[in-house]
Order: sequence, then C-alpha cells, then structure tokens
Amino acid sequence: MPAAPESAESSRGGGLIGWIDQRFPLTSLWKEHVAEYYAPKNFNFWYYFGSLALLILVNQVVTGIFLTMNYKPSSTEAFSSVEYIMRDVDWGWLIRYMHSTGASAFFIVIYLHMFRALLYGSHRRPRELVWIFGCLIFLLLMAEGFMGYVLPWGNMSYWGAQVIVSLFGSLPYIGGFLVEWIRGDYYIADATLNRFFALHVAALPLALIFLVIAHIMALHEVGSNNPDGIDIKKHKDTQGHPLDGIPFHPYYTVKDTMGVAGFLLLFCGVIFFAPTFGGLFLESPNFGPANALQTPPHIAPVWYFTPFYAMLRAVPSFAGTQVWGVMVMGASIVVLFFVPWLDRSPVNSIRYRGPIYKIMLAIFVLSFISLGVCGLKPPSGIYPTVAKVCTVLYFAFFLLMPWYTKLDSVKPVPERVTGHA
Amino acid sequence: MTAATVGTGAIGVAFAAVPFLASWQPSARAKALGAPVTVDASKLDVGQMLKVVWRGQPVFVVRRAKAIIDQLDGHDAMLADPKSENSVQPDYIQSTGAARARNPEYWVGLAVCTHLGCSPLGAFEANNSFQVAGTDLGANWPGGFYCPCHGSKYDISGRVFKSMPAPKNLTVPPYAFTDAARVTIGVDDAPKV
Repeated sequence: MPAAPESAESSRGGGLIGWIDQRFPLTSLWKEHVAEYYAPKNFNFWYYFGSLALLILVNQVVTGIFLTMNYKPSSTEAFSSVEYIMRDVDWGWLIRYMHSTGASAFFIVIYLHMFRALLYGSHRRPRELVWIFGCLIFLLLMAEGFMGYVLPWGNMSYWGAQVIVSLFGSLPYIGGFLVEWIRGDYYIADATLNRFFALHVAALPLALIFLVIAHIMALHEVGSNNPDGIDIKKHKDTQGHPLDGIPFHPYYTVKDTMGVAGFLLLFCGVIFFAPTFGGLFLESPNFGPANALQTPPHIAPVWYFTPFYAMLRAVPSFAGTQVWGVMVMGASIVVLFFVPWLDRSPVNSIRYRGPIYKIMLAIFVLSFISLGVCGLKPPSGIYPTVAKVCTVLYFAFFLLMPWYTKLDSVKPVPERVTGHA
Repeated sequence: MTAATVGTGAIGVAFAAVPFLASWQPSARAKALGAPVTVDASKLDVGQMLKVVWRGQPVFVVRRAKAIIDQLDGHDAMLADPKSENSVQPDYIQSTGAARARNPEYWVGLAVCTHLGCSPLGAFEANNSFQVAGTDLGANWPGGFYCPCHGSKYDISGRVFKSMPAPKNLTVPPYAFTDAARVTIGVDDAPKV
C-alpha cells in the first residue's frame, strides 16, 4: 500500500469511524458543530427555545409522515379520513394530537425564541443573517400552519382558507386572477385542498429544513450571542478557545435535555388532558365538515395568527378597496426583517440598555398579546378600538426604533460575561 | 459567451416553468362545472330567501315585500356606495338603481362578503339581533345582510353601509329570468327554450 493514505488514516483514527472520516467529514462536522462548538457559558432560561424548536420540527415531520399514511387529500374524503384516524386507527388519535399540539407548541416556542433575540440583541451585527434566516423560517412556518389547518377540511378550515386566499384578491389588477390561480377553481375546492396538501407535506417542509440548516450554519459561523450581549471571542485561552465559552457537548446537550424534559411534561399534559386547549388549539367549528354555504358564526384563525389577523381587521377599507389592511398585515411581518438595521443602540443586551428600550419592549409585548386577544374576539364592542391602538403601538416599536435606541441611556458593558462561573 | 449561455439558460428555465405555473389554473373539468344554474324562486314566500350554488359560490335569491322595496331609496346617506358605482354587477343591474335587480321583487346576489369572502347572513327583521353601532336603523331597519366574520352590514339590495370592513356592495352575478320566477344564474340573456 502507498504510504500517504496510510498516514492520513492514522491521523484520523482507525476503525469504522476512521473509515467513514476518510470518505465523509463525520468527525470534523461533529467537532465543529457539537463537541468543539464553544458557546458562551452564561446561557439562561431563554436559550432553551432553539433546541426545543428543533425537537418540535422533528415531532412534526415524524407525526406528519404517519398521518399521511391514513389521510386522504380530497374534498369528499378528507374530513372523514381525519375522523378515521381519530377513531379507527390504532393510536391514530395520539399521532394526530401530537401533530396538532405540536403546531401550537411550535409557535409558542418560536415566539419566545424571537423575544429572546429582542432581549439580548441576538439579531444585531454580526448575526443579521441568522435573524433573516429565522424570519424566513417564521414566514414559512405561518404558511405551513395555515395550509395544515385547511387539511382536515372542517368548516373552519374551509372558511379560514376562504378568508386568507381572498387576501390576495385585494391586490390591484392581478388580484382576481391570482385568487383563481391559487384556488385552481372558482371557489375553495378539491383542487385547492390537494395542492395545499402537496405544499404542506413536501414543498414547505423541504424549504423549512433547508432554512433551519442555513440558520444553524450562519449561527455557528459567527458564534452564539449571550445574555450579556458581548463577544466571547475577544478573550481566548492558549489553545484558542474562548475563556467564557464551553463546548456545546456535553455542557449544553445536558442543559437542553433538561429543557426537553420540562417541555415534554407540558406538551404531553396538553396532548393527554386538553388537546383542543379550550378551542384554542383545535377550534370547535372545525369538528363539522366544510360547508361552502354556511359560514361559521364567528371566524377566528388559530391563536398564533390572531395578532396579525387583528391588524388586518383594524384597518378600514378606503378608496373602494380593502388592500390597506392586507398591506398593514404584510408590513407587520416584513418589518421584522429590518430590525437589525433599525436598532441603533451601542449595546446589545437589555441588561445594559436604558429605560426607554425596556418600556418600548414591554409595550410591544403587551400590544402583541392584546392584538392576539382582539383577533380571537368578534369585531364589536371595545375590541376594534383596542386593536387599532395596539396596531399603532406594534409599528411604533419598530419604526421609532432608530431614534429611541439612539436616545436611550446605556450602562457600561463588562469585558467578560457575568454570572456564576 | 458565459453571459449568453446563462441568458439562454434562464430563458429556457422561464419557459420550462410555464407548464408548472399553468397547472395551477382551473382545470378543464373545473371550467365545465362552472355552467349556469337555474332555480325556481316562485316557491319563496315574501321575506324568505334561498341559497343556490353557482361555481361553488353561494348565491342569494330573496323575495322582497313591496313595503321594503318602496323604502330602498330612504337610507342612501348611510351607504358607502348607494349607486353601486364601485361595485361589481352587470350594467343592466346597476342601471336599476336602489333595487339592484332585474325584477325588484326578487333580489339575486352572491352570498360572498366583499371583505374577505365570508357568507353573510340574512337579517330581514327590524331590530334584529345583529345590530352594529352606527348602522342601527332601529325600527326602520329595512332588512338586509350581516356578515358574521367582521361585522359588515348590507341593506336588502346588498349595498354596504358606511365605515364597514367591506369596501363594496355584494356582487351581483349575471342572471336572467326564464319566466316570471325562474332565474338562471350565470347568463346575461334568458336561454331560448
């Protein structure tokens, strides 16, 4: 045997792993992303949600695959096939509840994950692309959630689809054509259900997984932020590892396992004892089949869309079109992409920011939650007014950010991370 | 050379994308199923309505009382588009003014809210339970439609009230009477029998 491959093999270790390493960068990938990925040692509670989101993605993919084995994506059979899964398929109810509860859990975890970024400035330089990939994931997740909600073909599925697809009809000139093209018929029909199924189970999950990989690769390229919002790479030991960093494995795999245990406790509690969660996770009108002639008396999207839905409703039609509400709703998502450049504060973490940012963030969270409540309620009484005020506050948080983050006082930022060693 | 190759390739990709994009349009079968529908409205009592399906969309046929037809002109000030100038309907419907109907006794219109496509409910009694502040006509409520999704209100000719989420009056599809009370939805002229 020639000498060169021999030495390469010995440098990479022998055995099966060595054999693989010569053909695929298994050990180096493991080291780069897990065993020798140095993460700041001061991660706190807020850093559970990234790994939890990954766990839920796996849950959705696995339970989703098993659901497709019994689900029928046709307007005549979809509703009854879901009932079949619930009643006749062994453990079918569990698989479906894991999937439907997983959808809500996904959004809870993602909202908390995004809030963590706003707390500690994780969206800021040099992590702008991490944030943008994250926003794209959020956008795709909303599309995935919406199309998944249509599949059981209950009456709320049907009318939810009707309302959301009609949004595109408000666009000038192309609106009417676009709606017909999305539906594939003159109404929400079999063709619509069938293509939503294709997107929900194949196209969007593929794109999601690709974006999640890009999100993690971008993160590992620049390194994780931390609750102090400081760069741990400034202080390294003799081997070049950050002094304030610890290897992801075993330290954070153990921590995240703890988070997973806590999460699963709550998750299973919902699956076993409150799978509909009082009509929030699975809405009661959706237990009746789709009926093109009968709108449910009150249409509300699932809870995770209600803040955006409330903004849509808060804007009245003007100049003979209701495109403005659609534009406001679209802008409420688009504005997220610009946060890294709207934030002009000299510091990253809320720990070293002044009172203005803290107050603005609190107002933002309150207005977002209030919008969520307004979106669930019928558009009467106090709710339309509250929704209008909160829509303004939601946008104020983002659009005034360049000014108030600059005006705000800051505290001195430490050189090294704080907290217990 | 490279630019030409890339350019030609891009054009090729664009052409190759056409069949995939076009496959999302309504199929030949969906188009065939969009044929006109005929309904016999003579069985309706005054103040009753029926819903028929045309192209998968619910269509209202309402039989209106003479007293209600006579007062249709009385509340123009409360309407967003009393003359239906910004709304969708055939010209022969718009020209009938407040009645918005070929025969004022029978009102035909899509039961699809112009806001986001929900199906409005019929609310034909005075002081109905759906009264929304600002459109409260009290005992004078001439009857109309209420959209349960976002609270839009329409009068009994499908004309939307001011400051509602819905921007336009209910759409009137093309239709024709084949005889006194037999309506064919989806055609402008009565088919020859």
